[in-house]
Amino acid sequence: MTAVALADIAFDLILCALLLSAALAALSRQPLFGAVIFFIVYGVFAAIAWLRLGATDVALAEAAIGAGLTGVLLLGAMARLDAAAHTEPGFGLAEALTAIAAVGVTLGLGWAFLALPEPGGLQQAVAANLAQSGSENPVTAVLLNFRAWDTLLESIVLLAALIGVWALADDAAWGGRPGLRHHTRPGGVLASFGRVLPPMGLLVGVYLVWAGASQPGGAFQGGTVLAAVWLLVAMAGVVRAPHVSATWLRAALVAGPVVFLAVGLAGVAAGAFLTLPPDHAKALIVTIEVTLTLSIAITLAALVLGPPENAEQAP
Amino acid sequence: MTEPLTAMLVGLGLVFFLAGTLGLIRLPDTFSRLHALTKADNLGLGFIVLGLALQADDWNVLGKLVLIWAFALIAAGTSAQLVARSALRRKSTPSERQAP
Repeated sequence: MTAVALADIAFDLILCALLLSAALAALSRQPLFGAVIFFIVYGVFAAIAWLRLGATDVALAEAAIGAGLTGVLLLGAMARLDAAAHTEPGFGLAEALTAIAAVGVTLGLGWAFLALPEPGGLQQAVAANLAQSGSENPVTAVLLNFRAWDTLLESIVLLAALIGVWALADDAAWGGRPGLRHHTRPGGVLASFGRVLPPMGLLVGVYLVWAGASQPGGAFQGGTVLAAVWLLVAMAGVVRAPHVSATWLRAALVAGPVVFLAVGLAGVAAGAFLTLPPDHAKALIVTIEVTLTLSIAITLAALVLGPPENAEQAP
Repeated sequence: MTEPLTAMLVGLGLVFFLAGTLGLIRLPDTFSRLHALTKADNLGLGFIVLGLALQADDWNVLGKLVLIWAFALIAAGTSAQLVARSALRRKSTPSERQAP
């Protein structure tokens, strides 16, 4: 065995150990702040693990959504928790059942993976049909053509999650602006940061969506970066979030799933629901990706901002 | 030919990261810990990017490497200021030893 191969194995083993210890720390840390930080660290290690497996698309999504956005979401949730709601550290029946279920899912997934015939997966089938898919990136071809059904449902699940979060608003606050108002020192570091970074963030977000046609990237990765840009300008106090009753906001939230559904229904004419005719597949995929990116970006940002907290100036 | 130089620069970067990590764990208060941390971010990542830049195939890769360093600098500088300000507001004076 060469030194390079040995170094590879050593790196992977260390990465696995780091993943497991970050996961354990995220589960066992008290107070919760430490647990959230280790959850973010776990997400970063998981992204590196996906990179090691050659799944760059998943690595991008894990880093952007798993570590970045979910981390901010958890920090926001923690800030809203009552001091009285402090959970007692302990291992009761609920924890035991959760642990058993989690181990069961892990074993089931491992069994399913090992039971796959060799060579595993559908790589050859995807490669054989890539020319007709309208995308040069096999991952995009699967997500928006071969298994568009999953992506459509994912985008609707996100929307349902946002409706759930908004439903937590007080009656009096309904129609107001989501989240708490952020105060920053005018001309301070955060206010400047909120103005310097967004142009570059917008560029990276749009690039990720565009690159998704032929390289790793796509609507979810690009949308998350755009959501982060919005959250940054909101936290820096540069702009305020729109009222949740704003028509344009709601139109932008549903635009992606609506366009996706419309394309799917149009596909009925070509044979079956969500069938993309090979001649128009590329144009249709780009249309879906662009509107989906907009909706994903706004939905994710709104999820992190939270339910409307005050009704001032509701239109 | 450039490989020894890359190894040296990346190694130097790792030394800064190691020192920064040690400082983060060992130093007594928020401000000095931040001081250690920002050295790792600025110089450690800087040397690693410099070392990797020697292996870049074209200007495209080189530009991305430099951008990564620049973004990390901006983010680290900003968050260090914010953490320091928040610590200052909590009256965590440099002499006060915080519980680990």
